[in-house]
Amino acid sequence: MGLAKRIIPCLDVDKGRVVKGVQFLDIRDAGDPVEIARKYDEQGADEITFLDITASHEDRATTVHTVERMASEVFIPLTVGGGIRTVADIRRMLNAGADKVSINTAAVFNPDFVREAAERFGSQCIVVALDAKKVSQPGEVDRWEIFTHGGRKPTGLDAVEWALKMAHFGAGEILLTSMDRDGTKNGFDLGVTRAISDAVSIPVIASGGVGNLQHLVDGITEGRADAVLAASIFHFGQHTIPEAKSFMENQGIEVRR
Amino acid sequence: MNTVAIIDYGMGNLHSVAKAVEHVAPDARVLVTDDANIIREADRVILPGVGAIRDCMAEIRRLGFDVLVKEVAQDRPLLGICVGMQALMKHSEENGGVDCIGLFPGEVRFFGDSLADESGRLKVPHMGWNQVQHLVDHPLWHDIPENERFYFVHSYYVDALHPAVDSADNSFVIGSASYGKQIAAAVGRDNIFAVQFHPEKSQHAGLTLLRNFAHWSGQL
Repeated sequence: MGLAKRIIPCLDVDKGRVVKGVQFLDIRDAGDPVEIARKYDEQGADEITFLDITASHEDRATTVHTVERMASEVFIPLTVGGGIRTVADIRRMLNAGADKVSINTAAVFNPDFVREAAERFGSQCIVVALDAKKVSQPGEVDRWEIFTHGGRKPTGLDAVEWALKMAHFGAGEILLTSMDRDGTKNGFDLGVTRAISDAVSIPVIASGGVGNLQHLVDGITEGRADAVLAASIFHFGQHTIPEAKSFMENQGIEVRR
Repeated sequence: MNTVAIIDYGMGNLHSVAKAVEHVAPDARVLVTDDANIIREADRVILPGVGAIRDCMAEIRRLGFDVLVKEVAQDRPLLGICVGMQALMKHSEENGGVDCIGLFPGEVRFFGDSLADESGRLKVPHMGWNQVQHLVDHPLWHDIPENERFYFVHSYYVDALHPAVDSADNSFVIGSASYGKQIAAAVGRDNIFAVQFHPEKSQHAGLTLLRNFAHWSGQL
């Protein structure tokens, strides 16, 4: 027995409200991220990821306030991503009560930002989010590239090499999203998950495509991820966190009960 | 009134620690402070910490908190958390070697790049929920079962079996966890207790430990 594999529900938050809300039982306000996070905490979620998709800079004050409220009521680790571009952004989120920040596009445009952030705040709170998409043709050796702008813009960066570089620059964890699978419910892209998990010495969170509980198991056993992130299977009441944990445990995966 | 001072030396997420203590001890006065007088007058003191030990120790020294921590450690409950625990050791090999406060003779070591157990390679940092074994019965373990999970995130550790720099003394290791080796999850002596994990992020188990601390007399 040792370290448990983690299950991380992810909330997409716009101007302080959860996008599309949640549809599971006994939530009074389906759009309040704090109440939803508290429910997931009660259910036994191992961490919460809060993805801020608020477009305008002015509305970010709402995000800070929401993070403050969440950190006052939820006593499990909280990661905040979206719009983290400067050291000041990181400081603001950590001061509000986030334990980690997730850096995505800013890392692509300025890799040294990751190095600076890790030196300033410690690797333990720097998650680098990778949006990867398969670029190899059928029959070729598998290859994935980093994309930005929701998977629309290629960067030419090889995903595995990029993950290694980010780990070398001081990232404490990789949040890997397959843009081919995100929203499909067809399961993680296990190829890229495994390629990156095997390549880097830091923990990897698999994300993008979870449609059922077997997908969570596959992410750990086939993809060799250290944690699995999912949104809709939990938000829409398809499964609870305890169901997911029982299912994983029955397949020999160590989880926190 | 029960005052809990959380030492603020500019490193890390003190808000979380404060909120968690307030949650379990609503009657306590919880102060996040860099004011030596307030810390000196507090009934209980918490030394948190995240990030690199060199930067933490530099700030602790600049603010005179190394001396202050030793002073308050003489007569009231003191709780170190994560790098706050490591700062209480004698020395850390992080950042090319850093002398720490030295309340315990422990040496803080790097997990290394080739950490493994019988299941294969282990990732560093040690990040997530691991089980803690109680090596010594202690008031802060009250209501916390053996092998309960706590949230860890660290790349440097104190060895549970051979913790000390230059002595065979491992009597100060109060709890351990297994991650490629036996690591010190908790250390303590008299009224001093310190944990490598984050109780403020360890849900029920962590809150229980903080509640125990908020009510602890400092007696064993």
